[in-house]
Amino acid sequence: MCGIAGLIHRGKSSKVGHELQGMLQALKHRGEDSTGYALYGDTDGKNFIMRFKVGENVGEGSTSVAEDVSVYDERKKIVDSYLLEMGAKIIKEDRILPYSLRYEIEYNKKDLLEFSQKIESIPGVEILSMGKSLEVIKDLGNAKMVCERYNLDKLVGTHAIGHARMATESGVDIKSAHPFWGYPFSDVSVVHNGQLTNYWNNRRALENKGMRFMSECDSELIAVYLAEKMRDGASLEEGMKESLTGLDGVFTYFVATKDSLGMAKDTMAAKPLVLYESDDLVAMGSEEIAIRSILPQEIDTYDPFDGEVKVWQI
Amino acid sequence: MANLKNVTKKTKAQAMGMHSEVLTGRTQQKFFNPDEAENFYYFGTYDVDFNKRTDLDVKDMTAADANKEIDNLMSQGYGTIVIKNPQGKHSIGVGILNKLNLIFEGSLGYFGIGSCDGPIVRINGRVGWSCAENLMAGKVVIEKNAGSCFGAAIRGGDLICKGSVGARTGIDMKGGTIIIGGDAGAFTGFMMQRGRIIILGDVGINLGDSMYDGTIFVGGEIGSYGSDAVDAELTKSDQDWLKRKLKVAEIGENFDVSKMKKIVAGKKLWNYDNLEPTEKKGAI
Repeated sequence: MCGIAGLIHRGKSSKVGHELQGMLQALKHRGEDSTGYALYGDTDGKNFIMRFKVGENVGEGSTSVAEDVSVYDERKKIVDSYLLEMGAKIIKEDRILPYSLRYEIEYNKKDLLEFSQKIESIPGVEILSMGKSLEVIKDLGNAKMVCERYNLDKLVGTHAIGHARMATESGVDIKSAHPFWGYPFSDVSVVHNGQLTNYWNNRRALENKGMRFMSECDSELIAVYLAEKMRDGASLEEGMKESLTGLDGVFTYFVATKDSLGMAKDTMAAKPLVLYESDDLVAMGSEEIAIRSILPQEIDTYDPFDGEVKVWQI
Repeated sequence: MANLKNVTKKTKAQAMGMHSEVLTGRTQQKFFNPDEAENFYYFGTYDVDFNKRTDLDVKDMTAADANKEIDNLMSQGYGTIVIKNPQGKHSIGVGILNKLNLIFEGSLGYFGIGSCDGPIVRINGRVGWSCAENLMAGKVVIEKNAGSCFGAAIRGGDLICKGSVGARTGIDMKGGTIIIGGDAGAFTGFMMQRGRIIILGDVGINLGDSMYDGTIFVGGEIGSYGSDAVDAELTKSDQDWLKRKLKVAEIGENFDVSKMKKIVAGKKLWNYDNLEPTEKKGAI
């Protein structure tokens, strides 16, 4: 089933980590195999923040194979050496969990494709996000568990999207969890609720064009699809509009960039979405109770119609 | 009850072309016998006094507890219940089978007012997906917007949304009336079998797709027609009925109903071959 939630503050910052945690926790009955956050924090915009994993969470319910922590250590060493090799300087390093790391990196090249390919050539290593504001945090468990595990409560930023997952199409693991980074574009992330029925056709076509897939989760296709459209010069909104016919199946998805948040709903309106829009805040989720977790007072909300695409700026 | 004996099978609604399905000969059809009325007992109903009023704050209650408390209040004879702080909770106000004034001060989540038979409900907020599903009788008024599958499979009653509604409004409906003050989404009236839908605003694609019977009235633009949905002539009887219904619904009282479009089933789909499902199997 899955639940998605997103919010964007316009003209100010807020504790988006805390707010999104409340929204996703309200949707936990839609799935708590894994939960993911894409948070757009307040930064000076000078350095990249790279969230990456060197292994999987092999806790209860995981479909991943257990590995020794020494394997994670070895992978981390190789990542560090590759960064040095590519001229990237690690400014700050946080090893939040044995398998999950956050690096602040000084890296002056704009093209992240070569960079990402090099890092991800290390078996078992995946970049969860790369951007100057974006941080993707995803792990097994419900929103509260993941928030506490990664200490996201205090993160201040302008906007965020998140996902509470009930695994149906692929394994219970971090690589299949949402949000997906819009590889190799800085600061682009996607969450999705639904099923895509032309996944393999699209995937084969996109792989032939040099795009990369890390999982077999159909939702990843949306991130890759939009990334390919933008690579070819389309704006985010143009790419989203094309996706309404390019992607087959039922879907509601959110996509976020450094300064915007968008939503798209399939032409049959088969997947739910409730939206609240005001001058200073847009909040949306699979169910109204997600919005109520941050706006308990009486408000006007509505369901976007079939085939609707909307994009908001901070 | 005695009057029921005198009701002819050919009703005015049929004469107006609002439904024309031939029911005679259907193997699953059962008629209510008014002579046996005194033997019927409707389980879970209460005699309530509309002048006996109380408030119920459900802020810290689960949906199940809130519904149990509503039931408990009805058993004590309360006929007017005001629900405070529903805050988008799902499945509240369901399974009410007697007359009751139920007022929600706030919004509901999914499946609100499901499987009800008789209450008059006013929601001073918004409702999520599948509001008033399977409504048998009564009146439900929503002051703001509604989600998708609004009034799915209703059998009777009046379901009114003063704002806009999502997709598949009136899907599989078998009777009653749905009135929308704003716009409606795609697949409105999808597979509806009887009853009437009135939309004062615009409606999305595939209107009345695969509808068996029933009537849809649209005041605004239509995105596209679904399979077998066709235009029909808007008669004087239709206009009179629309005016009366909009007045009861408290919306669109001054709406120019003469410009509305009337959509009915073209009856060209496979389900109009007069074969029962069991007969169809035999034929295959």
